[in-house]
Amino acid sequence: MSDSVVSAKGISKTFGKGGVTALQDIDLEVGRGEFVSLIGPSGCGKSTLLRVIGDLVEPSAGEILVNGKTAHRARLDRDYGIVFQAAVLYDWRTVAKNISLPLELVGWGRAQRSERVAEMLKLVELDGFERHYPWQLSGGMQQRVSIARALSFSPALLLMDEPFGALDEMTRERLNDELLRIWTETGSTVIFVTHSIAEAVYLSTRVVVMSPRPGRITSVIPIDLPQPRTVETREDPRYFELVTEVREALHANGGER
Amino acid sequence: MSTLAQPARTSRGFGDRTRTWAPVVAVFGVGLVLWQWVLPLLGIERYLLPPLWDVLQAFWEFRSELLSGGWITFKEALGGFVLGCGAAFLSALALARWRPLGNALMPYMIAANAVPIVAFAPITNAWFGTLSPWSKIVIAAVLCFFPVLVNTLRGLTSVRPESLELMRSYAAPQRVVFRRVRIPNSLPFVFSALKIASVLAMIGAVVGDYFGGSTEALGVQIVSAVSLAQYEKAWAAILVASALGILFYAAVALAERLVLGWHPSIRAGVE
Repeated sequence: MSDSVVSAKGISKTFGKGGVTALQDIDLEVGRGEFVSLIGPSGCGKSTLLRVIGDLVEPSAGEILVNGKTAHRARLDRDYGIVFQAAVLYDWRTVAKNISLPLELVGWGRAQRSERVAEMLKLVELDGFERHYPWQLSGGMQQRVSIARALSFSPALLLMDEPFGALDEMTRERLNDELLRIWTETGSTVIFVTHSIAEAVYLSTRVVVMSPRPGRITSVIPIDLPQPRTVETREDPRYFELVTEVREALHANGGER
Repeated sequence: MSTLAQPARTSRGFGDRTRTWAPVVAVFGVGLVLWQWVLPLLGIERYLLPPLWDVLQAFWEFRSELLSGGWITFKEALGGFVLGCGAAFLSALALARWRPLGNALMPYMIAANAVPIVAFAPITNAWFGTLSPWSKIVIAAVLCFFPVLVNTLRGLTSVRPESLELMRSYAAPQRVVFRRVRIPNSLPFVFSALKIASVLAMIGAVVGDYFGGSTEALGVQIVSAVSLAQYEKAWAAILVASALGILFYAAVALAERLVLGWHPSIRAGVE
């Protein structure tokens, strides 16, 4: 229990007065160092659940602890970094200044910041781009900057909302590998929203399958593929079994796939 | 670095630039020729539009009073611009920060904007005194206020929701959200409005002059020149007013270019 990074009990979320039930009775435990994917068709509330964990959306009912504190307290303590589907870089800031933004807010000194930015750029393999503006980068590079920004202040938890959803397949696979390397190197915990079965299985230690109307968790599938995941993982028969298992779990819900 | 195409910031060759500017210069030349030689052939009377050369001669003859008058009127315009745009920017910040306040005040602002401000010129004279520059400054300021307010407000509020969620995830207070996100986001909108306001300020100051003021002011000179049938001088004064308006606009556009180097509208201009 004490080693849970996220502990959600009976979380429900209804939008509007008597409106849409986005989440219903969600129980979820995420342990330290896990890589958990939330997968489901659109409208299943996976992004809402991520935002509840990040205290960006208030749940209508239920209890949620992040790092053993209330989600609100955890947000105020800056316990997590977040990456959205769009890179959400600030156009008026250079790559370096985008990455150092959270550090400025935390009050780091200039020298400390630039040292950290250099480290982060190396981590996401963008050294040499610190003085570029976001519009000078490709979509994949922008998303790497966004990941560097989320990791810059070393949060224990990384929340990712379909971060690679807008990228082409090749870029996505490359960034998947990069993300796994970063996850291993930093030892952080990742909660990853996706609608790609292959991506979820390849990346995760556990896949949480959700169904829509109302959004709830229908099954949790542990991914026992060996670490580290490599090109061979994608050709492992066990990988295909797991992909099939996740797909069937999704279909059992009457999902769209 | 090698994987990235260098952005098109390099200056273009002389040939390219000529191709861009040649049509502009040609149109300007044709305009001048029409004005100088074709209009008199059409029997356009001098009091309607004197030939260009006569206007230029009048400018030369009266250059010192026209330029000093222009300077007086320009100062009125500049004062009104600073006052009106400053007030508008601060109001926009307040309205963006406290939305209920904005919702309560906005209808009145829209209604106030529909009032023909220039109609107030004689009244501002009554308020501040005919000879005071403040009567003109206030008209210029009021003309600048609304476009800057509306555009700034739009810039401050049209922020992507994720940008705000990101700041929320950092537990950033409103002050920081404004400084780091909303205000930078609003700058392209603000500069568009400032360009409009620079022109409006000049109009406000000249029209303010029409209702009286220091006899040296440019607008006053236009009125008195026309009443004395010195049409060439009136046109020369109008040219001075236009030139000052264009310079004012260009100065704001230059400031925009310097401040918004990151913005697509500026980049497009560079490519």
